[in-house]
Amino acid sequence: MTATTIYSARKIITMNPSCPTATHVAVREGRILAVGSLAELETWGPYTLDARFADKVLMPGLVEGHAHTMEGTLWRYVYCGFFDRADPNGKVWDGVTTIDAMLDRLKAAEADMTDPDAPLSGWSLDPIYMDNVRVSRADLDSVSTTRPIGILHASGHILNVNTKALEMGGLLKEGLNHPGIPLGPDGLPTGELFGPDTMTPVGVHVGFNRSLTDSDAQGLRDFGKLCVRTGVTTITDLAARLEPEGVDSMLQVTGEDSYPACVVPLQLFMGATAQETVDKVVALKERATDRLRLGRIKAVADGSIQGFSARMRWPGYHNGAPNGLWYTAPEQLAELYRLALAAGVQVHTHTNGDEATEMALDMLEPALKDVPNFDHRFVLQHCQLADAAQFRRMGKLGMCVNLFANHHFYWGDEHYRLTVGPERAQRMNACRTALDTGVPMAIHSDAPVTPLGPFFTAWCAVNRLTASGRTQGEHEKIAVDEALYAITLGAAYTLHMDGEVGSIEVGKNADFAVLEDDPTEIGAANLKDVRVWGTVQGGRIFAKADL
Amino acid sequence: MSLPLPVTVIGGYLGAGKTTMVNHLLRNANGLRLAILVNEFGALPIDGDLIEAEDDDIISIAGGCVCCSFGSDLTGALMEMANLSPRPDHVLIESSGVAIPSAIVGSVSLLDGFRADGIVILADAETVQRSARDKYMSDTVLRQITDANIIVVNKCDLVTPQALNSTRDWLKSCNAAARIIDVRHGVVAPEAVLDSFLGHTATSGPFHHTEHLEMRVFTPDGPLDVDALAQKLADDASGLIRAKGFATAPSGQKMLIQVVGARWETSIAADDKADGIVCLGFKGIVADLGEWYHLLVSNQGPPDPQSGALTN
Repeated sequence: MTATTIYSARKIITMNPSCPTATHVAVREGRILAVGSLAELETWGPYTLDARFADKVLMPGLVEGHAHTMEGTLWRYVYCGFFDRADPNGKVWDGVTTIDAMLDRLKAAEADMTDPDAPLSGWSLDPIYMDNVRVSRADLDSVSTTRPIGILHASGHILNVNTKALEMGGLLKEGLNHPGIPLGPDGLPTGELFGPDTMTPVGVHVGFNRSLTDSDAQGLRDFGKLCVRTGVTTITDLAARLEPEGVDSMLQVTGEDSYPACVVPLQLFMGATAQETVDKVVALKERATDRLRLGRIKAVADGSIQGFSARMRWPGYHNGAPNGLWYTAPEQLAELYRLALAAGVQVHTHTNGDEATEMALDMLEPALKDVPNFDHRFVLQHCQLADAAQFRRMGKLGMCVNLFANHHFYWGDEHYRLTVGPERAQRMNACRTALDTGVPMAIHSDAPVTPLGPFFTAWCAVNRLTASGRTQGEHEKIAVDEALYAITLGAAYTLHMDGEVGSIEVGKNADFAVLEDDPTEIGAANLKDVRVWGTVQGGRIFAKADL
Repeated sequence: MSLPLPVTVIGGYLGAGKTTMVNHLLRNANGLRLAILVNEFGALPIDGDLIEAEDDDIISIAGGCVCCSFGSDLTGALMEMANLSPRPDHVLIESSGVAIPSAIVGSVSLLDGFRADGIVILADAETVQRSARDKYMSDTVLRQITDANIIVVNKCDLVTPQALNSTRDWLKSCNAAARIIDVRHGVVAPEAVLDSFLGHTATSGPFHHTEHLEMRVFTPDGPLDVDALAQKLADDASGLIRAKGFATAPSGQKMLIQVVGARWETSIAADDKADGIVCLGFKGIVADLGEWYHLLVSNQGPPDPQSGALTN
């Protein structure tokens, strides 16, 4: 008989209503054998009692339903964000709150570089919090005129570069006439590049190319460390290109004994037909392992709200900007839905604007009539502007939603003031409405767009504060218990994994978030401050302090 | 330094016949090396009998043409095309059904070594007006139409002449500057779609005559205001779809003229080029070009009754 370990804890929050809290959990073969009192657990036979968590609170390992493993890779670049943020090694980087502070940090990084030609790359800049000050190539030239420098904005849609980088990208010339390239009084680009078309030619010279979305082996390992630090044991990579080498690398890294998380990568629907994509994913599913859950698809219907590329219904953008862009045609999405329903492959669809949401609903409804699939759990990702009627439809169609709670904090003020105006800003990421209309719901960080950290995400959904400190959308707040459900079982449900993870009950994976504080006692206002000791994944213990 | 590589964007909503037309162009490439960039490999964009070899990234096609998919990285794919050996003569970007063609041209214009040759939009004679009213696609379809230099109305055999006329009128009301060509089964004169075909046919023929297009070579007999000439050629009333060739400015500088629909450009050319402009236009209208030339030269000096004659 295999060994059984019984862990004692200060408190175990199970997410199982028939046994909501407990003091002991028994683990065998990486799975939960039993939860309850020591007396109840002893009935399973010989065991070793492990008291290392005696003063800790255990929760189900947290599930992040929308993140990108590239966050692990980005930490090799200079952090230029406005808010304090912890890197994979636990170092907390102060936010840079002025351009001068950013330049000082870049200069310090530059001084440490040995290769004089290597690019200097930074990430997560967001001038929204600095009165929208514009960064120019002259600013970055003060760091270096001889090596290319590029700073990617937090949104991922804007790149600031220095003169050398512009020159290498072939854009240091007069006569450019492109809406994504502002020109200075000298007729030359200012060094701000908007949108992928303008970013790509220069981006390749400053460390930002398309393949960055596929994290490399080191990036994936670093991403795993971030999971341990934030209590996450199951996490998505939404989405990846999943080229053969990339899949091999992910299989290898997640297969390492020390890899601490289950990664769920989704195949991006782009550059191939629906049939090809479904066939590829069906084949990939065969290669799935316990810690690399291949076999799902991500489609993208529209762009982003703050980039004005999201598709909006009437009356459109608050500032009068023209409607955004479709990334996938309705017919293509309809075909993907049909084929995926038939093949039993789950599709997650990025919709930001409410017109994109409407389109996805309109395409799924007839597809479901043609190809009934009673437990499809297709997910709308972000779905930031959906109204109550759309949530009711999602419920009727058996869809799930994963709302971008963090976005509300970071860009809520911008949406109120500029992009969608006060009324629609109040209802953005409508968690209350989702739950009230019976739509299974998760909430997410979209890391690296915002930092990974489900307790912060839960805090956002519970308090709905914006960065300026306003409560935006009182009615859409949810309770702490509901938020904790969303970051565990709720998210697991959206991945069809609620039978394996998301709660602490017999038969499930021994996945725990090990906490210093009790999130049900700490108070709604402090939820983001819950301290994480580490995780247990598949029965393996990962202490933050040992990373 | 080689000449910039011309790039034509072929757009239009799903089902308009972009792929059929691209295959027709490949069948009639006549020695021109075309590089086709498609958004997705998908339901194989190239007819099987044209394919010589296939690997992950690139399909080799009879006659030295190639096809590759660009997915989300158009810039990278263009760079790759420019570095092929031998270099292609012309790049065609078959854009996705939801793409905004002018945005693609904007990206091309940022890259050194490429020249945007124009935007050709296919419209399905039967469905284009319906698509333009679609709940979701309306503004996208209208932007594609208004972006066009040339609109190829495909599947004309599937509608009545009255319906075709009404569709043409409607297209004209959306985009007065575009030239509109009717075709069936994507069979269009390659010279109308690609600038390179025009130059190629002028030297090595033969011209793909269709029932309502014709090609002529117009030879100025001396220096003239090249910009003014190009502007005339681009005027809707000229009846021209495309024009390309060389003329000499009053300063003696040899100039290249390129016209697609209402868009024209002139640029400095090598001195050894002989004057002569290949003009492709609608039958019956092109003939009047001689008159125009007289108007043009009359602004500069007394017209010579023998000059400016259009020759077949």
